[in-house]
Parts: sequence; structure tokens; C-alpha cells
Amino acid sequence: MDDLRLDLNALDYTILGAYFVTVLGIGFLARRSIRSSLDFLMSGRSLPAWVTGLAFIAANLGALEILGMAANGAQYGVATVHYYWIGAVPAMVFLGIVMLPFYYGSKVRSVPEFLRLRFNHSTHLLNAVSFAVSAVLIAGVNLYALAIVLEALLGWPLWTAIVVAAALVLAYISLGGLSSAIYNEVLQFFVILAGLIPLVVVGLNDMGGWSGLEDKVAANENGGEGFLHAWQGTAVGDVTNPLGSSWIGIVFGLGFLLSFGYWTTNFAEVQRAMSAQNMSAARRTPLIGAYPKLFIPALTIIPGLIALVVFPKLGAEEGSFTYTNAIPLLIERYLPNGVLGIAVTGLLAAFMAGMAANVSSFNTVFTYDIWQTYVKKDRDDAYYLRVGRLVTVVGVCIGIGTAFIAAGYSNIMNYVQTLFSFFNVPLFVTFIIGMFWKRMTAWAGFWSLLTGTLAALTTWILYKAEVISFRTDLEETFWGSGAAFVVGVTVAVVVTMVTTPKPDDELQGLVRGVGATDLSAGELVGDRTWYRNPVLLGMIALALAIVLYIPFW
Amino acid sequence: MADEAQGDGTRAARDSEIERTTEAESSAARLFDVRRVIGALFTLYGVLVLGAGLLDGDDAAEKASGIDINVWTGLGMLLLGLLMLAWMKVSPPRVGPAQDRDGDGEAGAASRPTH
Repeated sequence: MDDLRLDLNALDYTILGAYFVTVLGIGFLARRSIRSSLDFLMSGRSLPAWVTGLAFIAANLGALEILGMAANGAQYGVATVHYYWIGAVPAMVFLGIVMLPFYYGSKVRSVPEFLRLRFNHSTHLLNAVSFAVSAVLIAGVNLYALAIVLEALLGWPLWTAIVVAAALVLAYISLGGLSSAIYNEVLQFFVILAGLIPLVVVGLNDMGGWSGLEDKVAANENGGEGFLHAWQGTAVGDVTNPLGSSWIGIVFGLGFLLSFGYWTTNFAEVQRAMSAQNMSAARRTPLIGAYPKLFIPALTIIPGLIALVVFPKLGAEEGSFTYTNAIPLLIERYLPNGVLGIAVTGLLAAFMAGMAANVSSFNTVFTYDIWQTYVKKDRDDAYYLRVGRLVTVVGVCIGIGTAFIAAGYSNIMNYVQTLFSFFNVPLFVTFIIGMFWKRMTAWAGFWSLLTGTLAALTTWILYKAEVISFRTDLEETFWGSGAAFVVGVTVAVVVTMVTTPKPDDELQGLVRGVGATDLSAGELVGDRTWYRNPVLLGMIALALAIVLYIPFW
Repeated sequence: MADEAQGDGTRAARDSEIERTTEAESSAARLFDVRRVIGALFTLYGVLVLGAGLLDGDDAAEKASGIDINVWTGLGMLLLGLLMLAWMKVSPPRVGPAQDRDGDGEAGAASRPTH
């Protein structure tokens, strides 16, 4: 069989229908709590930590992440765990323990707004615009990921799939704003797990357990022993691992630059923590998210490896057997009606989680950081609430357009990593220096951000024009990030030397060591319990990330 | 690019728009409890999938490498749904400072003053 097509029956469609109804229901319920633009765009800063924490991880667990990481599992093997254990968890812990006190404590409503206070309006506008662009580009990637799944699996025409799913996201966000997006993300988290766990259980059973799978992957002509190890073959000068990167690229490129850039400055993620009810809950948000993140590779990489064994033709450039289709192919092979409906609903949920995170952060940045700051100042709040709703519609429509850009990439995860090296890494560099070095001047912020972005862009253009070469697309993103880092740091230091720093009283609560941040702000009874201590939660997560590497060395 | 005139305002003046939204209008903590929604949906899913698992024939198990996957998944989801509902019972939603947790909400939700 060359055609990938699922045979959904009435039960499966009932499950899918019940999900659609629930999603819209959450939108209508959340609408009741909307009284102001802050309610709509920031959930009124009222959510408990377990809700924001699960939303934090679900916002990242888009269809893109699931399909993309399974694709990487099939293409690169166990080494894909780097994206989780070194490429996510340390940065999430850093965000919770070190950075959120600045974000949450300064009461800013977005990441660009922090830059406006720390640096100047130019830096702010540059970042607000580049974030808005990247948010709609990534929303488009999620749309595309969903559309190919629906077209392939259910036989829905591409356009029908795009419009139905986009309309649903549009409906619940424009009704209930960020609260609706976040509550749906919590629900989506559970539905996604309910869809993936049975697939892994059945697949592993068919392979004869984990050891059976290991034997089959090692013997596979497209796999091999190297597919079962995370760190072997990563020595500098003797790179033989499937990722095509040395440990320096993995640790500094992925583990430090790309990962810290994404998790600590990407507003789609940080926004979830900013909507928490108090400082303690805000800091625990990424830490609570880190625990599921440690174990999600079992649900993405294992299916990728199983698909590698089960489908000898996997890895085709186009058609049903692309790497990206690893999970849909397994769903078709293993899941009977019933669980099938859950799995399809889970993929849809994942798509919506990813898209909604981008749209709900896009509308906040556009409304507060672009419209209110530069276009129409000093209107009443009801006006900005209307703008927020309208911008949601615009964002979804642009997302539909950008879906076609994503269609040009065979491994969509690489496309996304490329985008991150453009947008997130330079931002992270500017941020981290600005947060720890109070002398850094306003214009140093601007030029560091601009030249860092151009450095990553130039690396990519030179790679595409074949002026410089890398072993894999992935390796290009590591080096592009490295270029952004070096250029960003150098420019920040040089410009600081020739311009005047801001006075201390303008930097209160924005820079480490200037003014005090109240870590117990808004504390509730019980927030001091030992298991709610952010530092302890973070250290346990880091320790687990190290321990999990041991069997896959 | 933004002009410099905006850039050199005092911190307090530049914060004014943040303060306005923060101080005056962030009191709407009237949110329903998501546990009820998750609990209800998973209980429904659990019953549906468990039912399918009990009724479907050997074909289904054969496809799933010999596991009655519908039965197990159904049981798992049912358990999660019931646990969520039980958690609601044990620790009911916090009633925030906001007084009107009423159900009408819809009309005028955006225009009603918050204080």
C-alpha cells in the first residue's frame, strides 16, 4: 500500500466531534471572564501554576514538534534526545529560577516590552516586529503540518483541512483570549498523551519490547548501532554520529544558544508564565513544564525508531513515506477504531496548541507593543480589547498564507530551527547581557540585536548559496547561532564603550543587582511548602536529565 | 525607527500605559475550573473507547499486535477523568476576590466596570 489513508468510523468521528465541542465550550466559558484587554491578552494574571505549567509545555508540543521529533528519531536515532535533555530542560530551569523574577517582577506584558524598559524604543520596535513576523511564520508551519496530516489521513482536501482547523482556533481565541488558549492547551496536553501512549505501547510490543527494537534498529540498513547512542561519535574532528555534529555543536549550539534562545525569550512560551497568579507560580511554570518534557522523547523518538524498522521505504523525498509521516504511518498500521479516533484527535489538538500559542502571543505583541505604543496611543482599554480581537483574525489569516512557505521544506523541524537561529538567538544574547551587565547601553541593545540577526541570516544565505558548507541543515543552525552569538556579544561590548549607560534608577528590577525584586510577591498560603520551591524543583529536573542520558550514552 | 524624544522620557512616564492596565483592570480572576472540563471529556472518552474495546472482535486486537488496546486506553482515560472530577471535589475552585461569579456574563462583559 502506497496510499496513507485512515479508515475512521462513526465512533472515531464522535470522539473528534466531542473534542471540537469542548474546545468551543472552553472559549465561551472563558469569554465570561474577559473585562479588559489585560484579561484578553494576559489572562488577568490569575492562573495557578499547574495550569500555566502544562500550558507552557503544551504550547511547545505542537503537531510540528511531535511530527518533527518523530521524523528526527527516524532520521537521526536516539541522539534526538539532545533536543530534550540538553536542548530544553536546562533552559527551562534557567528561565524559572533566574529570568522570571525580572520578567514577572517588572510587570511587563511582553518580552519586547521588557526591552523597551531596559533599552529603548528602537530596540523595542525591532524586536516587536521581528517577533510578530516569526510568530506568524511558525503559526503557518503548524497549519501546514496539520493540513498534510488531515489530507493524508482523512482524505480531507488540503484547503478544507486548513480552513476548518484555522477557523476553530480563531473562534476560541477571539472568544476567550489567552485564558481560552491556555485552558485548551491544558486539555490538549492530556489528549495528546492519550493519543501517543497507546501507539508506543502497541508498537513496542510488536517489536518485542525495547531490546527487540534496539536489535532491529542496529540491524537496519538505514539505522545502525550509531542510532542507539546519544554521545558516541561526537568527538571533534571525528564526527560519525547521525546528527553530523560534534559535542561542541551540541552543547553550545543546541544546548546553550538555540535552546536558551527559544525557551527564555520566545514570548509564546514566556507569556504562559507571565499569566500566572503570582511570582511563585510564574517561576514554577517552566519547572512544572520541564518534568513532562523529560519523558516526551519516549512518545516521539520511539515511534520514529519503530517506523524506521516497520517501513523500509521511510525517508522518501515525497509521498507517504517522508520522515515527517512516521507517526501517521504507525497510527494507520497499529491502531483500531476507537483509539484511532483518540490519536487523530490528539494530532489535531497538538496542531491547535501550537498554532494558538503563536496567535495568542502575536496578538498581545501587536496590540500592546506595536499598536498601543506607536500607532494609536491613549485610547480607552475597550478600544485595545477590540484591536486584540481583530488582530487575532488577521494573525490567523496570515498564518494560512505562510503555511505555503513551510510546504517547501522536507523536514519541517529543520525549517523551524533555522527560524529560531534568526530570531531567538540574537535576542537571547541581547537579553542575557542586558540582564547581568548594568553598564550595557540602550544603543548597544539595539545594535547587538540587529547585527546578531544579520549574522545568523548571512550564515544561512552563504550556506544556501554554497559558499560555505555544513554536513547537515542542522549543523548550519548550530553555526548560524554561533555567529549570531559572537557578533552580538562583540557589538554589545563595543557600542557600550562609546555610548552613555542608563542611570541606575531607570534600571530598577530590570538588571541583576539593581534594586530588589520581591520573590514573594502575591504569595499564597502553601507557596512556601518545600515541594513548591523553584530552586529545588529545578535542581531535581536537571539531575533527572543527566540520569536519563546514562542508558543511552 | 522610533524617535529619540520617546526614548529619553522618565521611567515612570514610560510605564504609564502598563500601570493603567495593571492597576485598574486586572481584577477579573473569575475563571471557571478547567478540571471539570478535562474530567468530563475524559470520562466520556473512557466510556466510549472502553465500550468499543469490549465490543470489537479479534480483528482489532490483531491489528494492535495482540493487545486489547481499546480496553486499556479506555480504562486509563476513564481513570484520569474520574481523578480530575474527584480532585475538584477534594479541593474546590478558589473563590477569588471578585464578587460576581455569576453565570450570565455574556452581555456587557467587556463594558462592565471592574470595581
